[in-house]
Amino acid sequence: MKFLCVECDQQMAFAERDLPGDGTLAATFKCPKCGRVVAMLTNPMETQLVSSLGVEIGGRTVPAEPFETVRANVVTGGPSWSAGAQERLGRVPSFVRGMVKKIYADYAKERGIAEITPSIMDTARAELGLEGM
Amino acid sequence: MRTYHQLTDPDRSGLAAQIGAQRQRVAERLAGVRRIVVVMSGKGGVGKSYVTANLGRAAARSGRAVGVVDADLNGPTIPSLLQDGDAPRTTQDRPEPTRGLDEVRYVSMGQFLEAGAPLAFKGPSAESFVWRGAMEASALREFLADVEWGALDLLLLDLPPGMQRYLELCDILGNPPAVLTVTIPTPESRDAVRRAMRAAVDHGSELLGIVENMVGGELKGTAADDLAREFAIPVIARIPWHPTPDAWNQLVTRIPDARRTTDDGR
Ligand SMILES: Nc1ncnc2c1ncn2[C@@H]1O[C@H](COP(=O)(O)OP(=O)(O)OP(=O)(O)O)[C@@H](O)[C@H]1O
Ligand SMILES: [Mg+2]
Ligand SMILES: [Zn+2]
Repeated sequence: MKFLCVECDQQMAFAERDLPGDGTLAATFKCPKCGRVVAMLTNPMETQLVSSLGVEIGGRTVPAEPFETVRANVVTGGPSWSAGAQERLGRVPSFVRGMVKKIYADYAKERGIAEITPSIMDTARAELGLEGM
Repeated sequence: MRTYHQLTDPDRSGLAAQIGAQRQRVAERLAGVRRIVVVMSGKGGVGKSYVTANLGRAAARSGRAVGVVDADLNGPTIPSLLQDGDAPRTTQDRPEPTRGLDEVRYVSMGQFLEAGAPLAFKGPSAESFVWRGAMEASALREFLADVEWGALDLLLLDLPPGMQRYLELCDILGNPPAVLTVTIPTPESRDAVRRAMRAAVDHGSELLGIVENMVGGELKGTAADDLAREFAIPVIARIPWHPTPDAWNQLVTRIPDARRTTDDGR
């Protein structure tokens, strides 16, 4: 999408993008000739549509990360496991792994922890008196 | 007033370029995959996922590097078929595929969702039909592009019933993937599968053959042979209820190019 300053017959340049946090988006465009600024405001549904395409208005400032759309948009529920935590869990003998995993997951859930990391595992182990798990 | 195409200054958003970059990313990731095969039927419950998982396992047992993408985002069944037991849910920071039975690598929306939870997206629920399809297509694209598949002999995609996902795949991959169709013997299945095969042919997909599933039980009909005749392709397997591994081993040998050959210079 492009913005034209009709008076100057000049294409406006992207200036700023803002996500106020209420699901809406604001993007401002400036006329390089007369300096007039317009803001494009999208409602939550329009914002979601842009986000669902995995693109960013104003261009990407950082490269796409793995699973960006899934991570940002899918309701996953329950804590997730960081790579380090998964690796550590993988070292637990498989016959008790399910049990150990559940202990940490319950611990995280009770405390509202979104991601289990090795350091969370350390804290949980100490708090729950599970040395060696 | 000038129109869109008459404005020639660079457009910082570059949405088209961003989409192009996404496609590029898919292509780069899949450059090491010898053969992509989508398993499709147009009809629900005929055993697409069952065939995908067992074909994948048989191919892996024969020494091939096999990946499976569970493209059924709303009804993911691949994790239970490839049995990851108590492996934790995959998280975003871990792009390696999960290793399932017989070392088949896979990714599935089931790994991201809490057990039994439906696929739901954050954000406004009103008018979700406007964006939900695009969101699902993006998720599928990420399954293809963001998983470190490595070199694969065979990448299987387990599709949900219907045609939507196939059409999305044609877009995401940039070219139509080869199609393996699954049908059960009944006339209802034949009619639904025919529509799917028509669409696949119309979009330029190569039809690899028909797998007739659930053969030799209650289900009666000549769906597979009818379709084979109509589309001039072979019935490459007839899978009974609870088949032995032999049935799958044989099916592997009938998927063209699934073999890791030494005589093609690799
Ligand atoms: N040949 C078979 N022998 C025994 N069970 C089978 C066979 N084929 C399929 N099944 C079982 O039938 C059920 C339906 O199969 P499956 O889930 O693979 O179908 P599908 O086509 O993937 O369904 P959907 O359209 O919902 O994705 C599953 O429980 C599966 O295990
Ligand atoms: Mg299925
Ligand atoms: Zn101006």
